[in-house]
Amino acid sequence: MLAEFGQFALILSFAIAVFQMVIGLLPLRANADKYNMLNAITSRAAVLQAVLLALSFAILLLLFASSDFSLKIIVEHSHSQKPLFYKIAATWGNHEGSILLFSLIISLLGACLSLFGGRLDAKFLSVTLAIQAMLAVAILGFVIFTSNPFERLVIVPIEGNNLNPLLQDWALAVHPPMLYLGYVGLSIPFSFAIAALLTEKVDEEWAKWVRPWTLFAWACLTGGIALGSYWAYYELGWGGFWFWDPVENASLMPWLAATALLHSAIVMEKRGALGSWTILLAIIAFGLSLLGTFLVRSGILTSVHAFAVDPARGVVILAILFYFMAGGLGLYAFKSGNIRQRGVFAPISREGALLLNNLILSVMLVTVFVGTLYPLFIDAIGGNKLSVGAPFFNQTFIPLAVPLLILLPIGNMLPWKKADFLSAMKRLIGVFLLAFATMLAFLYFTGHRDILAWAAVLLGVWLVYGAIWEILYSARFGQIGWDLALRRLFNLRRAKFAVMLAHMGIGVLVLGLAAMSAWRVQNIQEMTVGDKMEIAGFELEFDNVQNQTGSNYSEIVGNFNLSRDGVDLGNIATAKRRYLKRSSPTTEVGLYNHYFGQVYVAFGALGENNKVQLRAYYNPLVLFIWLGPLLMMLGGFLSLTDRRGRKVNRAALKQEVVNV
Amino acid sequence: MTRKQQRFTFIIVGLALLGLATGLILVAMEDGISFFKTPTEILTEKTDSQKRLRIGGLVMDDTVKHEGLLLKFIITDNQSELNVEYEGVVPDLFKEGQGVVLEGYLSQDKIFLADSLLAKHDENYMPKEVADSLKAQGHWQDADQKVSE
Repeated sequence: MLAEFGQFALILSFAIAVFQMVIGLLPLRANADKYNMLNAITSRAAVLQAVLLALSFAILLLLFASSDFSLKIIVEHSHSQKPLFYKIAATWGNHEGSILLFSLIISLLGACLSLFGGRLDAKFLSVTLAIQAMLAVAILGFVIFTSNPFERLVIVPIEGNNLNPLLQDWALAVHPPMLYLGYVGLSIPFSFAIAALLTEKVDEEWAKWVRPWTLFAWACLTGGIALGSYWAYYELGWGGFWFWDPVENASLMPWLAATALLHSAIVMEKRGALGSWTILLAIIAFGLSLLGTFLVRSGILTSVHAFAVDPARGVVILAILFYFMAGGLGLYAFKSGNIRQRGVFAPISREGALLLNNLILSVMLVTVFVGTLYPLFIDAIGGNKLSVGAPFFNQTFIPLAVPLLILLPIGNMLPWKKADFLSAMKRLIGVFLLAFATMLAFLYFTGHRDILAWAAVLLGVWLVYGAIWEILYSARFGQIGWDLALRRLFNLRRAKFAVMLAHMGIGVLVLGLAAMSAWRVQNIQEMTVGDKMEIAGFELEFDNVQNQTGSNYSEIVGNFNLSRDGVDLGNIATAKRRYLKRSSPTTEVGLYNHYFGQVYVAFGALGENNKVQLRAYYNPLVLFIWLGPLLMMLGGFLSLTDRRGRKVNRAALKQEVVNV
Repeated sequence: MTRKQQRFTFIIVGLALLGLATGLILVAMEDGISFFKTPTEILTEKTDSQKRLRIGGLVMDDTVKHEGLLLKFIITDNQSELNVEYEGVVPDLFKEGQGVVLEGYLSQDKIFLADSLLAKHDENYMPKEVADSLKAQGHWQDADQKVSE
């Protein structure tokens, strides 16, 4: 009964979305005196539609939580003995549920916009909500007609098939909703862009509205990607954190576009320039989100992350992608000529730096796009089957990323409109010398000899110090008395600190990547109980083997005693786990944190005569790889809390336009 | 600086960057790409031992041997059999009778020295190339793929 109710709410929500789309578009044709009335209807429809969809999703959650095996997807993806947390997470650990979640987020964001967007122009808001409804109609139609989550089974089994063991993990339970918030979060900038083109309203005010939504999507995307990477690191059991796998690239592409959009929207908001480019980026960024969803859901590419794929349904997503991109870009081609360009600036200026940031990010995006889709393209035209591996991406992505990162702290020092490159450099000399000294100290104490790694460490430290110096410089440290500067520092806008956190995060990430690619230590050994292994100054002693059972699995655990220089550091355990109803085992790795590095142990094959293969790694500074994105994400959210910066100073802008 | 000059400067910079990216992509294509082959294609065609290859097929029954850390087995497309040697992380889902994708180089004496081994990852999932080549040879068993496990 409950399932039918959920289904009913789903269909009703779809019907309301259709209504919302039609009414929302009317202001494009209606008289100005009707705008407010039409907008009011559209806004209420948006809220109602989201509430109904949320109800439908809540019912699905409830059914999963209570293991109702009359539902097909619950039989296929859940098990009554599974911990409650994973029963709930299984709701989106399958195709139907995850697409339902995708559409729920579209609707919730639309509802949020209608609740908090009251100060927007009525016509513009109404059209934006109509576009958002159009997206909801497409995805909900897809759910209802091809992937009904509430499908019943005629014969009800007593037990379910269990969720894929690799997905029974906290990071992967949280990762999809987070990533979806990022993907779908970009739908709002998209709807804003389309509405701006339709209503011919592209100005600083528009950028002011687009930026927080982009920021939100970007922060969620950053967190989602980092979580996915951390999961791969310890769950796939081989200690890698990024494989340049198509599914990873699919999430990296919208991230790069969103990063570019974030920066170009700043230029548009502050200076009224780059309007046309920002609109284009907003359209493309969401297009890449849809592309990512298509690549992941269709299973068209070989991937280590491919779960619950179905090629036939992929075609429908491809059609949706095509419709919105052809429509969006077509509209852009027609209307972008009308966008007024303002705010002339010199190449060497803050605007110039941000534009260069955008150009480089776009070109990086192109290389990832080419590498990811090239095999598909060649396959489609009937050529060889081939795959593009990590070396390709390392050779294209890194040479473009490095100059971007070197220039980042310098760009941050440039004033708006017109700047002097040399004087910006002069202000950074101290930062550079300090970074250089830090690198030397680092190398002296660790004793590593590797030129490329030196350079990478220098780059990382340069970014971190540069970010800190930028905020100190804003507070005028070194120019006025330190007590006065300190007071200014505390009065700086939160958005300033947000920028510092985000840019510091990149530096921290670079340090982690540098350490991991240069100084990772690996050791593989066959061992029996009592044997010892040595890794990067640590000693592992094989203690014993135990058989254990959990709520829905049994496992063989190997306990090892970890010590360093004779000091006992305790037990570290790795296991081979076998879940009920699943034939293949999974590996549970053992981790020991040593400052920001980790000792990582994992069982290889379990041989005969109690012989086991043990793989151990010392991963220096590996935690930086996720700490960096965490800082970036925190920066994003911190900036969202800053409302002071959202006011556009129109008077000042007009003044400048006159002066130019 | 006029608007025209401004636009011109940025178009030049943009084109220069795009040119750089194209160059990088072309250079990286040299060793970043591996071609997918079946065991039959590898054994019948003349292959360059310098070239990185990606092969897919089934792990033949009763051929998996662990020699210390070295893993030896035979991969087959049910026409030809190819000896494989691999040292490294063996995925949990690797087992006899299942589809795998390997990457590496072919040695002079026709042994495939793999440096990467991908097995089915989800129990219902098989790398697309393997599925396609099995389908093409008529060895595809759909039922086995869907529910039996």
